[in-house]
Amino acid sequence: MINADSVPAINRHFRLQWEPAQDAHVLLYPEGMVKLNGSAAEVLQLCDGEADVATIIAKLQQKFPEAEGIDADVMAFLEDAHGQQWIQFPG
Amino acid sequence: MDNSGSNSQADYRNREHGSNSASQPLWLLAELTYSCPLQCSYCSNPIDFKNSGEELTTDQWLDVFAQGRQLGSAQLGFSGGEPLLRKDLEILIREARQMGYYSNLITSGMGLDAGRMEVFHKAGLDHIQVSFQASNAELNNRLAGSDKAFRQKLEMAREVKAQGYPMVLNFVIHRDNIDQIDQIIELTIELEADYVELATAQYYGWAEINRDQLLPSREQIARAEATTNRYREELDGSGPKLIFVVPDYYEERPKDCMNGWGNMFLTITPDGMALPCHSARQLPIEFPNVRDMSLEEIWYGSNGFNHFRGYGWMKEPCRSCDEKEKDLGGCRCQAFMMTGDAANADPVCSKSPHHHLIEEARLKAETQDDVQPLILRNARNIDQALARKG
Ligand code: SF4
Ligand code: SF4
Repeated sequence: MINADSVPAINRHFRLQWEPAQDAHVLLYPEGMVKLNGSAAEVLQLCDGEADVATIIAKLQQKFPEAEGIDADVMAFLEDAHGQQWIQFPG
Repeated sequence: MDNSGSNSQADYRNREHGSNSASQPLWLLAELTYSCPLQCSYCSNPIDFKNSGEELTTDQWLDVFAQGRQLGSAQLGFSGGEPLLRKDLEILIREARQMGYYSNLITSGMGLDAGRMEVFHKAGLDHIQVSFQASNAELNNRLAGSDKAFRQKLEMAREVKAQGYPMVLNFVIHRDNIDQIDQIIELTIELEADYVELATAQYYGWAEINRDQLLPSREQIARAEATTNRYREELDGSGPKLIFVVPDYYEERPKDCMNGWGNMFLTITPDGMALPCHSARQLPIEFPNVRDMSLEEIWYGSNGFNHFRGYGWMKEPCRSCDEKEKDLGGCRCQAFMMTGDAANADPVCSKSPHHHLIEEARLKAETQDDVQPLILRNARNIDQALARKG
């Protein structure tokens, strides 16, 4: 279960980067690529292995003060990203 | 270079997550050399690999990589032959990383050691794929034509993991090793592979002339697939991700080769020829060379890359077929090899008037009547191989 003090990091077998040709952030992994939508990229960029989920949500809320229900969205996305093995919870 | 459909794997994995904008050479495959210390009978390199032109220089490769990046290439594969034979591999890796590529080393493991692997890691190599021929030394070494291959591969696979690389293990599957698929999977679990490609050979290059010896029977495939599924269930998400690719010979519809001609894949041969697919060199089409043309002209403007784009080139039965958008008429190389005309329907399709050729091959795999011995890929065997090809 992911909760507020879980600390997500990008799976070390994936690389997150901005791809100009795709006009999007992507995750690169052996022989493959996932093109990310804007909100997925916002969350994943904060998964640095140091910030916990509560901090990530607070940062996003600060960046997008108008957005409602950010915490639920972020939780759902992190569950999904974990299922896809894009992120890990080291330690 | 392994002939195992690892490219179709790449497209499969990409497609899993959808949303790739079409027609950028996302996947750049650099075949650095045709030289190789092994002699696999399923090798996809041209039979006449000795008589291709001079290899590109370091600077020429770097220029190709830079141009590819401009066109949107994100995945870079170092392949061959055996790419480790290039002394400048470390430089190519380092520069490619700086350009922003995700780089994949596709190797037999021969010529690798812990020190060199570490140098590559520091230079920014992202992933190593090691190919195996079988799960035990005797068979592996016989198939690879080398006494030392198996031990070296095991050692290198362990080292890949020890250094923290993600690891794909690739087993080209054929009738001599398919019945040991359980042992193969056990080995990959023990080696802690992240992905395992269990891909039946595609019958190009040396594999074409050895096809009758390589193609498993339908029953063998069904058993191997069941075994793989059993392991998938047991592993239940832990351990390696198993990817089993059956030969299209047992399908009634072909695969949409390379996700579309000139749509996503760009291969550069050791001597600089640009191809939409690594087996396309055999087609009677003039393909451009990176020595003469920019990659942009090649990708968008050259005759070779526009040849089979869209549907205008199709003949019957594809031309009026309502499934043509699904499979694009199948593989151009397979159509050419089996029917003599690359614009025909892939004979795998049951609507193709040449489909009986596939049925005959299946029957041969069943009965093993009148099957010719394997010819190992090496320079001495080129004449014999060309003669069999006819
Ligand atoms: S001989 Fe084997 S290892 Fe060498 S390039 Fe061909 S398939 Fe790859
Ligand atoms: S006839 Fe051609 S387009 Fe139709 S299914 Fe067969 S290969 Fe595909």
